[in-house]
Amino acid sequence: MRDEDVLIRVRGLKTAFGTHVIHEDLDLDIRRGEILGLVGGSGTGKTVLMNTILGLKEPDAGEITLNGRHFSDMSSEERRYVNSRWGVLFQNGALFTSLTVAENVMAPLREHVDMSDQLMEEIAGMKIGLAGLPPEAGDKFPSELSGGMRKRAALARALALDPEILFLDEPTAGLDPIGAAKFDSLIAELSQALGLTVLMVTHDLDSLHAICDRVAVLADKRVEAVAPIEALMRNPHPWIQEYFHGPRGRAALSGKES
Amino acid sequence: MRGQHTPELDPAGVDLREEHGRTIVSAFGDWTIETIGQIDRTLRDIEARVNACDITIDFTRLGRVDTSGAYILGRLTRACPTPDGDFHFIGEHPVAQRLIAEVRARTTVCDLADTGPAGPLAMLAKIGQGMEVIMGEVLDTFGFLGKTIQVGLRTLVRPSRLRLVPTVYAMEEVGVNAMPIVATLSFFIGAVVAYMGANLLQTLGFSVFTVELVGIAVLREFGVLITAIMLAGRSDSAFTAQIGAMKMQQEVDAMRTLGLDPFEVLVLPRVIACTLMAPLLTFGAMISGIFGGMLVAWSAQGISPTLFIARFHQELPWDHFLVGMSKAPVFGLVVAIIGCRQGMQVTGDVESLGRRVTTSVVQAIFAVIVLEALFAMMYLELGI
Repeated sequence: MRDEDVLIRVRGLKTAFGTHVIHEDLDLDIRRGEILGLVGGSGTGKTVLMNTILGLKEPDAGEITLNGRHFSDMSSEERRYVNSRWGVLFQNGALFTSLTVAENVMAPLREHVDMSDQLMEEIAGMKIGLAGLPPEAGDKFPSELSGGMRKRAALARALALDPEILFLDEPTAGLDPIGAAKFDSLIAELSQALGLTVLMVTHDLDSLHAICDRVAVLADKRVEAVAPIEALMRNPHPWIQEYFHGPRGRAALSGKES
Repeated sequence: MRGQHTPELDPAGVDLREEHGRTIVSAFGDWTIETIGQIDRTLRDIEARVNACDITIDFTRLGRVDTSGAYILGRLTRACPTPDGDFHFIGEHPVAQRLIAEVRARTTVCDLADTGPAGPLAMLAKIGQGMEVIMGEVLDTFGFLGKTIQVGLRTLVRPSRLRLVPTVYAMEEVGVNAMPIVATLSFFIGAVVAYMGANLLQTLGFSVFTVELVGIAVLREFGVLITAIMLAGRSDSAFTAQIGAMKMQQEVDAMRTLGLDPFEVLVLPRVIACTLMAPLLTFGAMISGIFGGMLVAWSAQGISPTLFIARFHQELPWDHFLVGMSKAPVFGLVVAIIGCRQGMQVTGDVESLGRRVTTSVVQAIFAVIVLEALFAMMYLELGI
């Protein structure tokens, strides 16, 4: 694989909470324009890995580069720009509770873009629609929404700046199957049309089959395997075998084939 | 990423030309979230002037486009019954036409919400709503008091249902841990009262009346009032925050499904603790306030502690002490009830927790002062 294809490169990463080591000697490449799924058992540190790439947690060892550049070398101006090109969907949505959904979506726009309030409201309404929410949801506060709707509102905020990299932490958890399928198709569509790069932590086997170009498996404190899902299913690692060939894995597969 | 740090984007722009009765809008430059802010006004002018069905968008010179750019381009033909018809678009672009259709398909345009009437009528309506809320709060607080009393009586019949450990813990938190601050404040209040009286009484030649002044003020009013206000600021807010946080995390709901009565588990121990500890705190406040007054009388007016205490015994009937003490459990009860009720009112978000804690403290201090006035009137009429 050529170097310029790699957008984010993680090498020799170690993260730990006190003496409890989460990742050790972890390598991962995220290629430009791909949808990379990240799976692993509970407590293997999927969210921690994502937060570390986002710079929310300092790695204890190892390096993370974006376009071949270290985060530590970047000026605060560059970091600000990089942040405006990232969209992040946190596991619990992490919407600002004191703002309405529309104001939540407008928050990054206000911060980074120069445009009239009217256009900003229209763009926010468009993003809310893109995320699959009805228009009247814009005036509601996050506390008035159901879990699934809150997730979509958070997606609308993550998409607000038309990011180039999208980080999704369990995006389809808590969505009904129809909503989850729509979500998948939206991500696939955006990824194709805009060349979006997506890192998606998920346990949704249907999502993995439907839209992920490659899947990375976190096990034994490192990335055990990264491959397209068909290749991954032939991997002899016991956890991977159980994951994809357990009852749920088989069900998702048969659903895809039928 | 587009560039290493700053984006190299061309500003968005449009040229207009007429061809076979159609208006060709030729878009050039990059149409992304960063650039469309500048072109918005121009496009609105076009939309206002030209019939949407007569517009054709030319993509030939169009650079990059994202969903926001696609939205604003698509807005040109939105008013047409067939906004995505092929006759609306000419020129080659890898994604533009698809993205425009995609964005439109997933977006429903909504009008901005009507904000309702304004002016003096709206103000009157707001005052009316406010009054209604206040009435509702008062009624609900009484309802909560009734429910607590009912649970309390039930517990009285079967004392084994009382949660002893939480009650004692709350007593420590509300009573013992508050003693130092209550005593310190009361000490200063006693000293201030003595100073205030000292000047005036000295000019009249009655400086020895400082004893009565300090005694009556601290025993009847200040001892218990300082205690109640500290309870409101310290314990009432803590009750609201504790119960409110549990409400937010659905712990209270979990209790209900497990067959535990939140009133019994959360409210009753706190109410009992507060009601029982208020008189003890008041007693401490009284002693400390009188001590403060005595020190000032000694240093500023030369009234020795022996004389002070002798006169105190001689001139002040027990009534003053009893009047002060009689108010303490009532204030304790009211403060605890308001704190717990506001905690139970918290809904899912952080905002409401903050609002409820504020409301709780305001209501508690308000209730204490109103009750204080009612007590004063009552004892005046009774001649005590």
